[in-house]
Amino acid sequence: MTMSSAKTTEKPRGAKLDLKVIGPIVALIVLILIGMSLNPNFLSYANITNVLARSAFIGIIAVGMTFVITAGGLDLSVGSMAAFVAGLMILTMNLLTDSMGIGVDVILIGIALSLVAGLIAGLVNGLLITKVGIEAFIVTLGTMGIYRSLITWLADGGTLSLGFEMRELYRPVYYGGIFGVTWPIIAFFVVALLGEIVMRHTAFGRHCAAIGSNEKVARYSAVSVLKVRLATYTLLGLLVGFAVVMYVPRLGSASSSTGLLWELEAIAAVIIGGTLLKGGFGRVWGTVVGVLILSLIGNILNLTDFVSPYLNGAIQGVVIILAVVLQRSRSTDR
Amino acid sequence: MTKTFFTTTALAGAVSLGVMGAASAETIGVSIPAATHGWAGALNYHAEATIERLEEAYPDMDFVLATTPDAATQVSDLEDMVATRGIDALVVLPFESEPMTGPIKRIAESGTWVTVVDRGLAQEGIENLYVAGDNTSFGHTAGAYFADTLDEGAKVVVMRGIPSVVDNERVAGFEAAIEGSGIEVVAMDHGNWNRDEAFTLMQDYLSRFPEIDAVWAADDDQAVGALAAIEQAGRTDEMIVVGGAGMKEMVDRISKGDATVPVDVTYPPSMIATAIEMTVLGLTTSAPMTGDFIIASELITQENAADFYFEDSPY
Repeated sequence: MTMSSAKTTEKPRGAKLDLKVIGPIVALIVLILIGMSLNPNFLSYANITNVLARSAFIGIIAVGMTFVITAGGLDLSVGSMAAFVAGLMILTMNLLTDSMGIGVDVILIGIALSLVAGLIAGLVNGLLITKVGIEAFIVTLGTMGIYRSLITWLADGGTLSLGFEMRELYRPVYYGGIFGVTWPIIAFFVVALLGEIVMRHTAFGRHCAAIGSNEKVARYSAVSVLKVRLATYTLLGLLVGFAVVMYVPRLGSASSSTGLLWELEAIAAVIIGGTLLKGGFGRVWGTVVGVLILSLIGNILNLTDFVSPYLNGAIQGVVIILAVVLQRSRSTDR
Repeated sequence: MTKTFFTTTALAGAVSLGVMGAASAETIGVSIPAATHGWAGALNYHAEATIERLEEAYPDMDFVLATTPDAATQVSDLEDMVATRGIDALVVLPFESEPMTGPIKRIAESGTWVTVVDRGLAQEGIENLYVAGDNTSFGHTAGAYFADTLDEGAKVVVMRGIPSVVDNERVAGFEAAIEGSGIEVVAMDHGNWNRDEAFTLMQDYLSRFPEIDAVWAADDDQAVGALAAIEQAGRTDEMIVVGGAGMKEMVDRISKGDATVPVDVTYPPSMIATAIEMTVLGLTTSAPMTGDFIIASELITQENAADFYFEDSPY
């Protein structure tokens, strides 16, 4: 059991409309204005859908990560987990194609498998953290290495690819949609909306914040700390599986470079969005804004020759820090 | 009352006696990067296949294969090979040139045969044998194809790899080949030899430029990502895509006469096989094997595609 020496300060939960709350939105608007001024195609329908759709994977994962971090945890394994689940899904679907032929049923089994595999992977993380009592950082660092090696091993060092006809059948899940809005965007929106409702209006959301704020107090207040914490990791695993369902139809392949650094992007998005890294306070809509900020930086850098591509990482770093500075500058006591 | 008996078990044999008796046979250490991307995966495949074949052909020869995720681990791997396995020869693909130069130099100075593969060391004259692909020729071959087939004023976008010497040499070769041809390179950005990054980069190129005549993806993984983005935008007929390395999916498309992917440029991962085989020959025969062995990059076209298709390789 993690016995953190909790000397948590009173956390600010006031909904005052100051920079702390709107900081991420200000950063997002500034980025959009910069994008508009640099390239006329920035606001084109194609570019906006591209950016939103490519944000969906990290976005869906980051919503789950918001709960984990709010409850005072951390998960470094999500990127590797996504790669492993994607590999597992592709292998299974290829195997089933041999016996069942090309059909929607194979895709449905693949989707179910992806969700279950993600759920189990998250559950394993959660059990090791809550029941065995190992620090989340160590557990997920370990599983990160394990899943990354497993996908490399499954793919024999190369790339696992979905059979061509199956890829064509599954393709619309990423590229298709209704009313010009593609499925990944819809999925991201729905997950974010549900996440926001759960965080704000359910006992589970409040319990996450209580545990992250002060575990001992939460326990004395009859919050089932272990169960809630286990649930956050399991939920995150499930969402990783769901992100993979959207990811696989995009290129129809998975390799050891799939999902590389997704965990850090997801964590960065969560923190940019105003969730506290040490837990106790979480904001799902902020996470969504954080994800969009990260995607937009890459997009804007690709749309211009503004800076040398060697410096892309530096620009990203500056924007991430600025976005957080914007919301923290008022509260130095943290 | 129960009496408890403590049985002391002699831990006989549990203490390791160390590796002994390996001195009589020749031991060859092979140190290569881990299979973190497609090309390195094929490198691992060819290294393992070659070692398996050679172990059968030379029963008294030992091989130690170590795959490494970064330069620091590779240094430790090499130290372990020298200290515990007493290698007589080393075949190494340095993870990075600069940090690996010192450690490899010390091994060479101790009298061990050193074969360096693909990435040259920062200092000349350390290795006995240098086997490498030709990155300048890799870029040049693609550039020459563009210069031959594209019209004057054609617009080309370029996807670069992970910022490195390899990438710089390729781009320099490419730029030299298209110089004076009137082809315009409108953008160059890094896709980091990654499908997903190449996909998003190509999406952004497509938003940015209404006219693109050709994409030099410079790597087949990047080409896969670029092709998916082009297909999504419905602009497949407008441009050609040239990758590089010789991934079997790409070679397959070329052999079927795909209009979007007319050619590919080789950068064979099987060069590790060349290096191991030549090292074994150098140790076991009197045939001279020292010097540089540079493998040229070839243009894969529909006519010769069959020669470059390896069914069993993962890449």
